[in-house]
Amino acid sequence: MTGALSSPAALSRRGLLKAGGVLLVGFSLAGKAAAQFGPLPGPDRDAIDSWIMIHADNTATILIGFVELGQGATTALPQVAAEELDLGMDQVRTVADETEVTPFQGGTYSSSAIANGRPQVQRAAAHARAELLKRAAQRLGAAPDDLVITRGVVSVRGDATRSVSYGELLGDRPFEVTMDGEALPKDPSQYRIVGQRQARADLAEKVMGTFAYVQHKRLPDMLHARIIRPRGQGAYGAPPQLLSHDASALSAIPDARVYRQGNFLAVLADSEWHAVKAARLVDAQWDIPASLPDSNDLYPAMREAVMETRVVLEEGQAGAGVHSAAFTSETPYQAHATMAPNCAVADVKDGKARVWASSQDIYALRRSLADLLGMEQLDVTVQFAEGSGTYGHSLYDDVALGAALLSQKLGRPVRLQYSREDEHGWDTFGPAHIGKVAIACDAAGKLTDYEYEGWQHSWAFTETNDQLARGTAANGWPMGPSRSVNPAVCGGMYALPRRKLVDHVLDTAHWPRGAWLRSPLDLSFAFASEQAIDDLAAQLGMDPVAFRRLNIADHRWQGVLDAAAEAAGWNGPQSNASGGKLTGRGVGLGTHLQGWGGAVAEVEVEPESGRVRVTRLWGSLDAGCTVNPDIVEAQITGQLVQTVSRMLHEEVRFTPQGVTTLDWNSYKVARFSDCPEITPVIVQRLDERSTGAGEEVMAAAAAAIANAFHAATGKRMATFPFTPDRVKAALAAS
Amino acid sequence: MAQAFAITVNGERHEVEADADMPLLYLLADELGLKGPRFGCGLAQCGACSVLVNGREVRSCVYPAASTAGAEVVTAEGIAAADGSPHPLQQELIAAQAPQCGFCYGGMMVKAAELLAANPDPSREEIIAHMDGHLCRCGTYPRLLVAIERAAGRMRADA
Repeated sequence: MTGALSSPAALSRRGLLKAGGVLLVGFSLAGKAAAQFGPLPGPDRDAIDSWIMIHADNTATILIGFVELGQGATTALPQVAAEELDLGMDQVRTVADETEVTPFQGGTYSSSAIANGRPQVQRAAAHARAELLKRAAQRLGAAPDDLVITRGVVSVRGDATRSVSYGELLGDRPFEVTMDGEALPKDPSQYRIVGQRQARADLAEKVMGTFAYVQHKRLPDMLHARIIRPRGQGAYGAPPQLLSHDASALSAIPDARVYRQGNFLAVLADSEWHAVKAARLVDAQWDIPASLPDSNDLYPAMREAVMETRVVLEEGQAGAGVHSAAFTSETPYQAHATMAPNCAVADVKDGKARVWASSQDIYALRRSLADLLGMEQLDVTVQFAEGSGTYGHSLYDDVALGAALLSQKLGRPVRLQYSREDEHGWDTFGPAHIGKVAIACDAAGKLTDYEYEGWQHSWAFTETNDQLARGTAANGWPMGPSRSVNPAVCGGMYALPRRKLVDHVLDTAHWPRGAWLRSPLDLSFAFASEQAIDDLAAQLGMDPVAFRRLNIADHRWQGVLDAAAEAAGWNGPQSNASGGKLTGRGVGLGTHLQGWGGAVAEVEVEPESGRVRVTRLWGSLDAGCTVNPDIVEAQITGQLVQTVSRMLHEEVRFTPQGVTTLDWNSYKVARFSDCPEITPVIVQRLDERSTGAGEEVMAAAAAAIANAFHAATGKRMATFPFTPDRVKAALAAS
Repeated sequence: MAQAFAITVNGERHEVEADADMPLLYLLADELGLKGPRFGCGLAQCGACSVLVNGREVRSCVYPAASTAGAEVVTAEGIAAADGSPHPLQQELIAAQAPQCGFCYGGMMVKAAELLAANPDPSREEIIAHMDGHLCRCGTYPRLLVAIERAAGRMRADA
């Protein structure tokens, strides 16, 4: 079966069904459009036809609203549908996500594709199966209970000659059924496909080098565009002002031109190389305010800038504590640093806009595009086209807005491709954080009190191109999950008599642009919290795993702790010094919003050079029902490698004028040689609901690495990344 | 400014014109429509754009197109056999389900193919040293490493 992107580019819902003239249920929304501020919901989610199409060749197209980010959503969700429909994996395929073609299931973030998407797809597939069974019963003159289904062929039990296929029952015609009754999904004991390793649908093309990313999209008469901005952003609320620009040098490139709207400046040319060269030839003069603290002075500035302090959670009564531990951490802005600088293609003409973008939420993007272009949402179509992995909100929407604006103004299709410097310099970063944790336990080691205070700001809402072109205000997202102290990570794994969590909220406008970065802030939370837990264990002379077992909240946390410890052959911190190297092991627990993650790390420190290596890393994940263990193991592995990268290398740096980490040399990430020996461990629970698997082990791994560093050196790191200078300073401290 | 020259890409000869300063990537991706070499940084830092020129890996985002006059260029699309059957590395990448987003693999694959052509039995350390200039942000290094090792084994068995 083909991958999502090999589907025809100009796909229409009607085009998907080969029979002509079929008007599908739930397609007309025009009457409601104007009144709605939020994203339109797309196709009717209560209609089976919005989810599943049965073709004459007895295959099915599964329409899903979650996008492929390299995480396997376009394999695992069809896997769920194949299970419920009793089809083989070779009989299901997907199409590229597109507004008004694929159902809105929510944005593809917060590890929601399986957590939220599985019950949605299950519901549609169970209804489809029940409807097909009913029609087969009529056709075959048999009771539904006497029918069996194998690979989409319905036959009378014990008489295979009396059979009819899905394709014969419905081939390329709509169900025209609303899901108003109840159709129960299969009992997990009957699963044949869910819980099994299935090959990814998109990998064949990716491995042959022929896969078309959004960067490969081309349209006739298309212009290539590059933006021109100052090198590296300043504060979100203090955008640069374009004083003047001199484009006279562009005369050397006859097909190149410049476009300016407000402070938005771009060049366009017929060929990509000419656009690249043109961007270098325009002389732009900017007023760049000194709007940021220097990154070396970041944390004192954060402490002084608190706008509001509020209690996130306060519950219970503290017990009588005998031992106490306190720990304060300071952790930096970190970047998405996508392998591919973002890119989008837009074609705006005749009052309609069509945009190809690698957005995590094509419906939200459509709303932003309609607003910027002055169009109705239903006149704007967004088709998802995969970019490189994004790990959260990188510049995919920003670049799409820029491409659409340019296409509208120039009257031609436009492909806007960001440079590496654009991407690194103007990313919406995972915000910096200060964490202050204070905990206590009784003489037996039972936790009696837990407090966590966090200093951080929320996310930028306005994309930079919108801000520059129209002067749109630097609005921030209100505080909420993923930008607030996280109850799941800050003590949520332990049975606590009392817990208090506090946000010290900073204004979004005075800092670099913030957004969600894979497992948002959780690495920082666990880094502080789980080091304090280890400190208490040490005070009692208890093994850190045993101490956690004593205090653990429930069997799910117990399960991942045991799984990681067992896989690692946990036998204490194994602190050792030999050959000029210090080694040790540490453990950690953590998650994102749901799910359960555990990790054990083995770290090697070279005191003389300050160099740290994570040599081995075990990560365990209980994501409830794991639909595809192979994909989830890959996700755990990727999380663990990325956590090593974030703990050892990654830090956005800036001067008051702007961000200075603009390439892979100044913003280092983990390389092949940094990669530890990695062991992913799944705690499979087929009977439980799925909770997502894209970001739930990172916090645990960050904590495990920090605790392993302590096991090796006897010192605690209060910040990351663990750069040689910082390590040497920590080792020298008394 | 434009220079005319002949270039062979994945066994196919093209008569092309290119500005003297144009990097090879723009010729391959924008003008010849190839999808294997990809723009990652334009700075020769990440390896997403890598191709083989006369068997040696180069960063096509900075390598002048005009320098390839008369040369044999191989992109990720071109490491498969002439009949289209996958390179042993590609077979093992599928077996290991190695890529996630796959964007860096356009360069990773030609870099690994370069190694396998020169060294039929690379040690783990040799593989890591050879591949270390290529970044993968999804963190697929472990599965990629296994795939390269198994591809070497498969090629030795077939030799």
